[in-house]
Amino acid sequence: MLTIKNLQASIEDKAILKGIHLSIKPGEVHAIMGPNGSGKSTLANVLAGREEYQITAGTMHYQGIDLSTLTADERAHLGLFLSFQYPVEIPGVSNLYLLKSALNAKRKHMGLEEIDAIDFLSIVREKMKLLHMDDSYLYRDVNSGFSGGEKKRNEILQLLLLEPSLCILDETDSGLDIDALRIVAEGINLMRNEKRSILLITHYQRLLDYIKPDVVHILSEGKIVAEGDYTLATQLEAEGYEPFLQKKTGG
Amino acid sequence: MTKPNETLENLLQQDYEHGFITDIESDTLPPGLNADTVRAISAKKNEPEFMLAWRLKAYEYWRHLTEPHWAHLKYGPIDYQAISYYSAPKVTEGPKDLSEVDPKLIETYNKLGIPLKEQEWLAGVAVDAVFDSISVATTFKDKLNEMGIIFCSFSDAVQNHPDLIQQYLGSVVPHTDNFFASLNAAVFSDGSFVYIPPGVRCPMELSTYFRINARSTGQFERTLIIADEGAYVSYLEGCTAPQRDENQLHAAVVELIALDKAQIKYSTVQNWYPGDENGVGGIYNFVTKRGECRGHHSKISWTQVETGSAITWKYPSVILKGDYSVGEFYSVALTNHHQQADTGTKMIHIGQHTKSTVIAKGISAGFAQNTYRGLIKVLAHADGAHNYTRCDSLLMGTHCGAHTFPHIESKNSRARIEHEASTSKISEDQLFYLAQRGIDTENAVSMIVNGFCKEVMKTLPMEFAVEARKLLGLSLEGSIG
Ligand SMILES: Nc1ncnc2c1ncn2[C@@H]1O[C@H](COP(=O)(O)OP(=O)(O)O)[C@@H](O)[C@H]1O
Ligand SMILES: [Mg+2]
Repeated sequence: MLTIKNLQASIEDKAILKGIHLSIKPGEVHAIMGPNGSGKSTLANVLAGREEYQITAGTMHYQGIDLSTLTADERAHLGLFLSFQYPVEIPGVSNLYLLKSALNAKRKHMGLEEIDAIDFLSIVREKMKLLHMDDSYLYRDVNSGFSGGEKKRNEILQLLLLEPSLCILDETDSGLDIDALRIVAEGINLMRNEKRSILLITHYQRLLDYIKPDVVHILSEGKIVAEGDYTLATQLEAEGYEPFLQKKTGG
Repeated sequence: MTKPNETLENLLQQDYEHGFITDIESDTLPPGLNADTVRAISAKKNEPEFMLAWRLKAYEYWRHLTEPHWAHLKYGPIDYQAISYYSAPKVTEGPKDLSEVDPKLIETYNKLGIPLKEQEWLAGVAVDAVFDSISVATTFKDKLNEMGIIFCSFSDAVQNHPDLIQQYLGSVVPHTDNFFASLNAAVFSDGSFVYIPPGVRCPMELSTYFRINARSTGQFERTLIIADEGAYVSYLEGCTAPQRDENQLHAAVVELIALDKAQIKYSTVQNWYPGDENGVGGIYNFVTKRGECRGHHSKISWTQVETGSAITWKYPSVILKGDYSVGEFYSVALTNHHQQADTGTKMIHIGQHTKSTVIAKGISAGFAQNTYRGLIKVLAHADGAHNYTRCDSLLMGTHCGAHTFPHIESKNSRARIEHEASTSKISEDQLFYLAQRGIDTENAVSMIVNGFCKEVMKTLPMEFAVEARKLLGLSLEGSIG
């Protein structure tokens, strides 16, 4: 269970998150929608432990643990996974090496042995098949020269491999064509179960057509201005953000 | 020809005359350097006359030189009269077992995964206690002997193959080459010798590691490697574990000679003690390494991974004399804390259609300074010469520095010379990305740095590469975050 209360965060003394309240129970899928610059990625980064952001007020707990006391890698070991809006390139490091290192870091934390190279390959190939990725991905440098869509697919591959309990997906749908979107969404749906929490950050309703959220939140200027069920996304698609933003100024 | 014994006697006389008394029976010469010291070294090693003559020529030349200070390095003056230039290999010095060794050193060995026996050897535990594995080295030697390969200490080669020594010694790095090379020629104590006969491909990586007395070769080492026509050899120098040494100054010389169609691959992983965080107590490493592609279609490749030394001054070079010969230089130089490295290469294109490739990766952290200095020289007759150079620098933090000084001298207007350079920083984005995947900072830095060096690392022989990867990570521990 993720519980965020009155979370406020700033970067370089500029306030970006201005009091976020959000809780996600195991098994739930929540969507956060909002215009560009509203603070969606900031929220994702703050949850994941990026140090450039200062938390000025509020709390965030996952599984009863105060996240602000943990470093980014410790949060990852707790089961938090962020699929990045802009995954970075790491020249010279093969994707295979990264995937294996990440999995072994997790295993080490769990007190397990490093995975055997052959076992690893068979597991990763099985996941890649689900995402329609061919073997060449493994031997390319991490995200180097990947198209936007390839990068997103690679993020989901890591998600499938690491099997986190809290998945934060930051605009995973952007940069994907319609076929790729369907494949990636199917991959994410496979991860849905009664224990796992998923937070989908998106701009558009189209991802939500594939992955039906339990709750939709609308974020504007660092605050959640509206909440509802899936129909909120449909309404948003039809009317745009404007009515919600006005509602905020009105009340 | 003077017999060694006569030389000894002469020497004793002279010593007396000059009021300088050398105790010939003692294991160590008193500090100081003059012609008598040189004679004493040669005599103690029972060398033939030509060796003594050569050493003396070198000493005479060195005497009139002044130490070079053009490299981008800063260090206090070295008192050459305060050094003892000969010390017989001692078997019993050093700790009795690992419990007497600095625990920090042991910790590093364990992180590198070095087996216990090798740890003892590296830490200087008495040799005879460690080397019950001599049989391994012997089997190895028998196999090489069968193929006509000579691989022995320099001293042994002087005794057993004087003709080869006389023919090739100083033919690539003459005794007049530079301050440190002249000093080495005058006083070098020992080193390695390799000769691969025509058409023979050496079946294993040759490593000083297998030469059991390698540890005592001291601060002035000399290596000579000859690959005869069509021969091939891969040679490994150094090792990844940190080596401590009482001698602060190291001035080694390495000469490589490749005849027609021969290939020499020389890999170094150097990890001398770099001094503590404040730069105290580290080793000064002034090395002259040069290879000559003497024959047509010959090839010499240098690969080096440098993480050690307080001060490194090193330019492995290739003289491309034979037509269609190829020179390569792949280098990773990592400096942390207060280390200073001034490294690079020289590629001298003399023959036609000669080709050289230079890939230099510099990594600086802490307060370190890392300099690449390269010279690509193309002589007038070197038609079809081609060089490609790339220098990449990676900076960690804001107090360190990276400098590149690429020099090009071309007398042939048709030569193709390409140069690329880049400087980058380890980005917060990369570190955060890896942290988010559960990888801690130290492993993340190691991963990024190894990625940065990949092109060089992949030229290392397999076993060496695995250790070198770990080493890069270890050398950077604590440099971020
Ligand atoms: N590293 C940063 N430095 C300065 N401003 C930033 C930084 N990251 C985000 N911002 C600012 O914070 C606001 C929210 O950005 P972001 O969280 O990326 O929005 P979204 O993901 O909703 O598009 C924007 O005004 C953006 O310019
Ligand atoms: Mg965003």
